Amino acid sequence: MRYVIIGSGVAGIAAIEAIRSADREGEIFLVGDDPYGFYSRPGLAYYLTGELHDKALFPRTADDFRRLRFHYIKGRATQVLRAEHVLHLADESSVPYDRLLIAMGAHAIPLGVPGADLDGVLKLDHMQDAKRILKQARRGKPAVVIGGGITALEITEGLRARGMKVHYLLRGDRYWSNVLDEHESHIIEHRLREDGVTLHHHAEVAEVMGTKGKVNGVRLGNGKTLPCKLVAYAIGVRPQVELARQSGLAVDRGITVNEYLQTSDPDIFAAGDVAQVYDPMSGRSILDTLWNPAREQGYTAGLNMAGRTTAYIKPPPFNVTRLAGLTTTIIGTVGSGRDHDLAGIARGDSETWRQLPDAMVAQTGFDVNRVRLLLGEKTLLGAIVMGDQKLSFPLQKIISRHVDISPIRDRLLAPNAKVGDIVAEFWASCSAGLKS
Amino acid sequence: MKFLRVFNRSANKHAILTAGQVVPDSARCVQCGICTYNCPVGIDVRDHAWRGEPVRHSHCITCGECVARCPRGVLRFEQTDLFSKED
Repeated sequence: MRYVIIGSGVAGIAAIEAIRSADREGEIFLVGDDPYGFYSRPGLAYYLTGELHDKALFPRTADDFRRLRFHYIKGRATQVLRAEHVLHLADESSVPYDRLLIAMGAHAIPLGVPGADLDGVLKLDHMQDAKRILKQARRGKPAVVIGGGITALEITEGLRARGMKVHYLLRGDRYWSNVLDEHESHIIEHRLREDGVTLHHHAEVAEVMGTKGKVNGVRLGNGKTLPCKLVAYAIGVRPQVELARQSGLAVDRGITVNEYLQTSDPDIFAAGDVAQVYDPMSGRSILDTLWNPAREQGYTAGLNMAGRTTAYIKPPPFNVTRLAGLTTTIIGTVGSGRDHDLAGIARGDSETWRQLPDAMVAQTGFDVNRVRLLLGEKTLLGAIVMGDQKLSFPLQKIISRHVDISPIRDRLLAPNAKVGDIVAEFWASCSAGLKS
Repeated sequence: MKFLRVFNRSANKHAILTAGQVVPDSARCVQCGICTYNCPVGIDVRDHAWRGEPVRHSHCITCGECVARCPRGVLRFEQTDLFSKED
């Protein structure tokens, strides 16, 4: 059996581990075009701030890869000839396959304004991008950051750590408005200001200006200009579906797959940021741009490719990240609507987070220890925990196990309810059976 | 209840450190490597997080650096069965 995987991100690596667990003999080929191979993409944020050296971002040594026994092909996939079961690469070589996994990920949506191709206009997709940002950052000089979600803040923090004067431009009136509520957005914005970031609201870049091919400023929609040496954008990512579309596979916002990660072609699978995965529980097909779901999807795809039929059970999306230095947990369904700073899904995001059904909100915390719960009829549908994370793990379990919270529902909705304490007590009383 | 004590602000931090081990929650981990990078005795904590294995390494001195520095809240201390007293 010949397994071919396109993409050296966590979905591809997890697929290799899964295939090897089920098939010791089959040949595995990994086709990747990231010159740095497999590393922690989310960790690039900490490389930018200086918390890590780039070498620390690689979880696997060459020996680890050798033990998995696969052939690494450095190259870019250009075409899949499905009837012939052959993958064509950019260097005109061909890779035959019995089972193919497309795990090419997603790329930053381009900044579609005049001047976006000037030297100094940067994004954060890969290690190369991170190195470019570090190379072009200039202490004391101004930089403009455009976009929303987690990546915009990661870039902002990274540039601040390098001593740049950062102007963060928001098109709307608050940060990440379709996931955070007003209070949470303001907590984040307050912290950004304290860190020396200048925030601009209702500000849109109409043009990037430059001289001799290099950025020297931006012109806003209202005519105002801001001088800067660097423009970084993070307005969302787009799954790389071109290869799949050209090959005749079913494609929507991502490559559509069933709960076995199988595309419209039974011998071709997709996993990770590129995949739009069917969730039998909700009946919807959802994009996720989260590391752990990508790993689990890759693993499940690998098992299915090796003949171990396994359904991917999508848990409620869950992410813990740092927003303006504040550790924030986002679980399940917490927001709604559109964010004007994002043209598509952001990294570290999930489409489930903004599908807010009829839910009541219980909240507590008026400084940077905040818990917001989204209550359904009998269960918790979502939660945000900012600051003190002690409730993050209990809430994750209560939500993912659909625990019946009827005993505490009324207390949670009472005015001035001490939501944190109520949840902590409830968790202590029911945790014996759930803590695993 | 034993678990509530962990929430109690006046809980004895040292008691927990000496009787506990570092336990990862794999679902949160993004393999950034900050844990391993900061371990003073060179344990590959990141690898434990990938495999979902508590750190039972003889070199672990429960200094708490990895737990404190993880930006994603992956790691926590939990009391081990071997040495804890009854309530």
